[in-house]
Amino acid sequence: MNSPVILAGSACLNVVFAGVGGQGTILASDILAEVGSRVGLQVKKAEVHGMSQRGGTVISHVRIGPEVYSPIIARGSADILLGFEKLETLRAISLLRPGRIVISDRYQIPPITVSAGSAAYPADSDIHFALCQVAGQVHWVSGMEIARDLGNIRTANVVLLGALAALLEIPRSVWQEAVEGRVPLKHREINRQAFEAGFKALTVDPALQKPT
Amino acid sequence: MKRLLTGNEAAAQGAWEAGAAVGSGYPGTPSTEIMEAFAKMPGVYAEWATNEKVGVDVATGAAYAGKRAFSTMKHVGLNVAADSLFAVAMTGIQAGLVIVSADDPSMHSSQNEQDNRQYARFCRIPCLDPSDSQDAHTFMKVAFDISEQFDTPVLLRMTTRVCHTSSLVEVGAERRSFPPPGRYPRNPSKYCMVPAAARQRHPVIEQRIRDLAEFAETFPQNRLEMRSRSLGIIASGVAYQYAREVFPEASVLKLGLVYPLPPRLIASFASQVDRLIVLEELDPFIEEQVRLMGIRLYEPKGGAPVYPVTKSIFPIEGELDPLVVRHSAIRAGLLPAETEQPAPTPSLTTALPERPPVLCPGCPHRGAFYALSKLKLPINGDIGCYTLGIAPPLNAMETVSCMGAGIAIAHGAAVAGDPERHIAVIGDSTFFHTGMPALVNAAYNRTSIITIIMDNRVTGMTGHQENPGSGKTMQGAVTVEVNIEAVVRALGIDRVRTVDAFDVETIEKTLKEWIKLEGPSVLITREECALLPSARQRWLPLRVLPEKCNGCTICFRIGCPAILKSEQLDPKYQRPLAEIDPKLCTGCEICAQVCPRDAILFRSQLAAATQPDLEVKQ
Repeated sequence: MNSPVILAGSACLNVVFAGVGGQGTILASDILAEVGSRVGLQVKKAEVHGMSQRGGTVISHVRIGPEVYSPIIARGSADILLGFEKLETLRAISLLRPGRIVISDRYQIPPITVSAGSAAYPADSDIHFALCQVAGQVHWVSGMEIARDLGNIRTANVVLLGALAALLEIPRSVWQEAVEGRVPLKHREINRQAFEAGFKALTVDPALQKPT
Repeated sequence: MKRLLTGNEAAAQGAWEAGAAVGSGYPGTPSTEIMEAFAKMPGVYAEWATNEKVGVDVATGAAYAGKRAFSTMKHVGLNVAADSLFAVAMTGIQAGLVIVSADDPSMHSSQNEQDNRQYARFCRIPCLDPSDSQDAHTFMKVAFDISEQFDTPVLLRMTTRVCHTSSLVEVGAERRSFPPPGRYPRNPSKYCMVPAAARQRHPVIEQRIRDLAEFAETFPQNRLEMRSRSLGIIASGVAYQYAREVFPEASVLKLGLVYPLPPRLIASFASQVDRLIVLEELDPFIEEQVRLMGIRLYEPKGGAPVYPVTKSIFPIEGELDPLVVRHSAIRAGLLPAETEQPAPTPSLTTALPERPPVLCPGCPHRGAFYALSKLKLPINGDIGCYTLGIAPPLNAMETVSCMGAGIAIAHGAAVAGDPERHIAVIGDSTFFHTGMPALVNAAYNRTSIITIIMDNRVTGMTGHQENPGSGKTMQGAVTVEVNIEAVVRALGIDRVRTVDAFDVETIEKTLKEWIKLEGPSVLITREECALLPSARQRWLPLRVLPEKCNGCTICFRIGCPAILKSEQLDPKYQRPLAEIDPKLCTGCEICAQVCPRDAILFRSQLAAATQPDLEVKQ
């Protein structure tokens, strides 16, 4: 089984969120930041998103620890990379500390360069291999599929948060409260289910794959 | 109570607690959310001004009238407002006035990365430089006090990393209240800057900056943190955070007030450490001043900078981060070379397909740009979503410089005798911002340029702010909708026409007709932004009929992310057929209009055609 990342001592927990505009990447990083502050630690969450309203690359950095200075996670120093889209997961891999953890959705959103035929979307096996060149563990989660089955694809981000929670020593009740605080009342139940499904995806079926 | 706030939210909260009554700004990344957060607070007046100069003048007017006020903008906005800033720097104020400039190191969404701390020295006003959300909150409150104590506007200079980072802030629940202000000042020697009065004021503001330098010596937000004496770092803004991250053992002089500096405090710090460096983002603003004080800074391995370079150790371009700081420090001999191996970069990541910003599916700007891309005339663009007309396959823009410039740049080419007909492209909010004076100029001086005002009924790029054409104020009141066509006519331009932005044929026909005519023309393409809630309700994905499509690729030339190359090939030409992503398509019908084979169904045809499994829109 996966050993949870210990959230203790003097070190900071560094989590990078990578996705495409409109996927709820920023909201997910907001929730992790909220979780960090609820357990009494210092938190910094930096949004790095460019010009596009939607459809562009979105990166968010969350740092949690007893003392947090830099809002930015330097290249090669993230503990966990949480990807919402395969290509964006790969694009952000240089932020990960060698040997650490990638959790990524299997979902694919072809950028316009691909849909217009001027570039090719990398093959799954190539993406996995490249991620494994840096990461110690690569967990694939079918966040979009799970969310669709639950009845609302917009909860895919919370599925991934559930998967992230399975790796961190933070009580699940803290996560649930933080999620509830950030979603409308009528969507609470489906988000609770999404979170649990993501948690289960990593604890029951680690889906730890070997490089191909 | 501690709350997790972005720097922008924290600044707004600080302004509210300080009793600011009036806020006036112009949207601009990364500053926008400050005024948006402030506008929602109880008992305040907040507005989007037509431009930053107007915003600073409005805030100045409120401060003259005895109410605490502030103005927000991005760094380049302060260039627009510079005249007003220099004017109020001369007069001083009745009640506190804070000017917030949000700088954008690395130009995440800007045309340059100017360091606006320079403005403070230029016009002799104090400048505060927060390092995180807590600072943004504290400094905003302190700024109002300094403003009143020294009778000066105060520059609160933030940066993208501070604006858009959330961290915990100790917020207050109380708002400062003030007795009603007295009678409006009748004090022309202070508030009417005619030459005779201005000559009296100049020594006053020079003395003011000397008084502020004295104040800076004991200002609590200039904080000495003594640790190891082997290295001392002077830092401000987010660079302070990198100093703590990369040099945890070093002593730090954290400057909250970066202009004017406290010379005795700096000299004393210098005398207590073996090596002294300045760590700051962008310009060597503090570094140069410290050198002017005659204080010796650490000379990096490889030598001190040679004029005109005045910044040592750290880069003058781009945003800092812990890695940039560490590598610069290693090169300068401040840190031992890395023992840890750098992270491997998988070879695959060097050639990943890019995800460039493009006009959204359903964007009302697309129709005009498609027509323009076929005309191949020089296009002078402007700042807004429509700047993305520059992207392939539209490639429909030759120049983009600063807000409101496009019309005058086109006019300049015309009066210079450029033989091609120039077309200026500008959005509704940018037209109100600084496009109007340029159009007045073109009308007055009668040039033959065509101006296209792309009116998407909102300030789009910064995330949907109301503007003078949208019919609502920032705080939600229904107001006049400025009629752009009537404005253009009133300027003396008769050749003006408002068209549906999705009507490609009419746009193309009109432009083709107008390029042969002399005198100024204005085409207004009007349709609300596809991402507005009211527009979303009309979204309806279109569909390609594969039996009609032969893969001619014309629909790909409109640059819509919803049009994909399908796996299916045309049997005759072996070209991939077009396919529409139902999750992205909004049903704007531009592709259907340009398709020469009627292979893309219009909205009205969808119901009649056989329905395969159309996915439900989000």
